[in-house]
Amino acid sequence: MTPFIVVALTLVLLGGTATVLTGQPERQAVMLSVYGGLLGVLFMTLSAPDVALSQIGVGTAIVPLVVMLTIRRMQSPRRGR
Amino acid sequence: MSHYAYFVAGWLIVIGALGIVRSRNLVQAIVCLAVAQSGTYVLLLSVGYQWGAAPPLFSEPATKPTLHVVDPLVQAMTLTDIVVSATVTSMLLAIAIQIHKRTGSIDPDELDALRG
Amino acid sequence: MTRTVRLVVFGAGAAVVGILGVLAILVLPAFGGPAHAYRDAAVPAAVAHGTSNAVSSINFDLRGLDTFGEETIFLTSVVVIAVVLRSASDETEQRKKSAGRPLDSTVFGGLLFFPIILIVGLDVVTHGHLTPGGGFQGGVILGTGIHLLYVAGTYRLLERVRPVRPFEWSEAIGAGAFACLGISGLLLGASFLANVIPVGSFGTLFSAGTVPLLNGVVGVEVASGVVVLLSKFFEQAITVRPAHRRAAKTDDKSSSPRER
Repeated sequence: MTPFIVVALTLVLLGGTATVLTGQPERQAVMLSVYGGLLGVLFMTLSAPDVALSQIGVGTAIVPLVVMLTIRRMQSPRRGR
Repeated sequence: MSHYAYFVAGWLIVIGALGIVRSRNLVQAIVCLAVAQSGTYVLLLSVGYQWGAAPPLFSEPATKPTLHVVDPLVQAMTLTDIVVSATVTSMLLAIAIQIHKRTGSIDPDELDALRG
Repeated sequence: MTRTVRLVVFGAGAAVVGILGVLAILVLPAFGGPAHAYRDAAVPAAVAHGTSNAVSSINFDLRGLDTFGEETIFLTSVVVIAVVLRSASDETEQRKKSAGRPLDSTVFGGLLFFPIILIVGLDVVTHGHLTPGGGFQGGVILGTGIHLLYVAGTYRLLERVRPVRPFEWSEAIGAGAFACLGISGLLLGASFLANVIPVGSFGTLFSAGTVPLLNGVVGVEVASGVVVLLSKFFEQAITVRPAHRRAAKTDDKSSSPRER
């Protein structure tokens, strides 16, 4: 196995496990964004540039942004009580 | 070691499911679902890979069309998979916001009553 | 079902699935092997249709019906989010005063990159049949690029530059145009979503028949869909407030440094 693919797969493995085991939702959103970037790198090493572009656009930018907005929405009504 | 990629894909799916089961917060469960879905992307792309093969893109003077490329069909399937999973995640988050509005809590252990 | 019972049941299930999964993985062909039947069929078909990017060819030409379904899923989910997140009868839209300014370097970076991102997004959309990219990727770049105005400016600036109603219209028009291009294939005597335009020369901008048209249409739809989707979530997080908080409005104005 070429070392790039092994390293990328191992990083994805560790990143996914870290994202799942993170406690607070805010930190999980940031970890999800980092994990999306690692997945994009893995897809590039697997000769799939289309998929890497799509994954970076969606999994690094849009989904963590929506998660952060949801977390904020769920926290803010409590501030007034 | 030649099956390492498939093992990583299976591990991601299982650890995502573990995250959903032990979540204390609906948003946490949705993020773990996204991790589990990413395991399927890794599986699809690993099935289509070939050692030393190029991406399935050609341009006439530089790379002539050849069959020594990775499989484009699984890449197309993964693209569709990414789109659908992003939209499903957004829909689930919208529903989680509605649940929080109506019941005030997002702990899955507390949300166990079906109200008509 | 209590938490421990749930974890024990999951552990048992995961053990069984793990064992079966390992046994199944050992039977699969080795990673990186040379036998790919679909590639041997798809790449010659893509080249015969004059498309340099085989993945775009599969998405919009050889298996265009799947992409039609995918875009319909995207449209439907944006509609679902807009319906689920609309203001209820007891909520009010509240306009907050700006309580701060972003750093000057953020403003400079955002205003510098905003036109660059728009151009890169348009480039990715239009060259989807030649280079990696296409309608969906370019649409995502365009849709999120507009929100640099929120990062570098204020939420009010973002609202003024992207009124939501035209984007809802353009998303619907994009989805409808995809269907119309498919029906035009039917009208011209071939099947739905067939490649009926002359394919041009391989590797140039005017090649691959209907693929660049479909790319452009999908780019419009996805960019508008992303803008509408994010606008609903922004509304929920920033402007909409439940009715009982109006009494506590005074102590909230100064307690939110991130509000803009």
